[in-house]
Amino acid sequence: MSSKAKGASPGGGDRINSELFTLTYGALVRHLLLDLESPEEVNKQLDKMGQNIGIRLVDDFLAKTNTGRCRNFREAAKTIAETGFRMFLGCSAKVTQIDDKECKMVLSENPLTDFVELPEKLQPLSYCSLLCGVIRGALEQISMKVECEISKDPLKGDERFELHMRLVEYVNEEYPFKDD
Amino acid sequence: MSQRGSVLPPLVDRHILTSKTRNDVGVGAFAFLFSEIVQYSQTRVSNVSELERKLADVGFDVGVRMLELLVHREKAGKRENRILGILSFLHTNVWKNLFGKTADSLERGTSADDEYMISDHDLLVNRFISVPRDMGHLNCGAFAAGIVEGVLKSSGFPARVTAHSVTSEGLSRPKTTILIKFSPEVIERDERLGS
Repeated sequence: MSSKAKGASPGGGDRINSELFTLTYGALVRHLLLDLESPEEVNKQLDKMGQNIGIRLVDDFLAKTNTGRCRNFREAAKTIAETGFRMFLGCSAKVTQIDDKECKMVLSENPLTDFVELPEKLQPLSYCSLLCGVIRGALEQISMKVECEISKDPLKGDERFELHMRLVEYVNEEYPFKDD
Repeated sequence: MSQRGSVLPPLVDRHILTSKTRNDVGVGAFAFLFSEIVQYSQTRVSNVSELERKLADVGFDVGVRMLELLVHREKAGKRENRILGILSFLHTNVWKNLFGKTADSLERGTSADDEYMISDHDLLVNRFISVPRDMGHLNCGAFAAGIVEGVLKSSGFPARVTAHSVTSEGLSRPKTTILIKFSPEVIERDERLGS
């Protein structure tokens, strides 16, 4: 039953070649561009998909890492930068600027954009907006409402990839949870 | 685009063989992304076979690009021109690069000469997927089939490629078999080239 053993191995430690991931993401963006036609719509769709991912990804993250509860925005931002990016994207991020409500982080490299060049007519396309959605979705699950945007993007001519997060509010959990 | 040129060299001028591009990502990252692709595709189609077609189209794009990358990196620019050569390239090089291991088997179809099958007991794309009962024969391995189709088509072996689930005793989950049916001209050419 070798296949069973393999299938059951925890995914946390498993790594795969980033090229499959990169090319698949690229193919997705291309198909979204064909389907939705306007780059702005694609940005929205990517962001939405990212949020869906984030909502589920946070469980995976908490289950596989032994991170304690992030009590505030600062801790959450640091955890994302130091552990989150390494676990999922295999790259590290550095928090360059942080206070209680805002945070900027720079990614050392960005596997999403390997092999990518944006043609001029697609300048409005925010290629990595999926990442913003992921962060927003994940933090939403731990009761923090944040806004996230790409403040510097090498695809648009900047020298590095930088994300800008802004805390909107801490959301209180509501009891009792409804069943439906 | 002079402003961009000053920061990053144009794509074709960058190295593809460096260890940087061979970085690994967590399997979760891919699984989540793929699940979103499936869910998105579902909103654009009305039945199971259209969904498989849509997934295969996405895979096709991956296959075309993967071929280019691997031919440069592992075959020093040489391309295969024989059926067996391209099949073992798929089974070994492509699989290893995409999924971290070679495929479990490569067989010739028993009923027809132009059919070949690549099987995998634990295909990465299907590892985290369970198909709801009302979508019966859906196999998200269609994505992998699309990759295979993309590789074959752009190396000059047009073929119809489909993914199927095969249950067999002693296995906890069905294995995924990718069925490749080559176009007649491919078989003809291979016969002409002789052995």
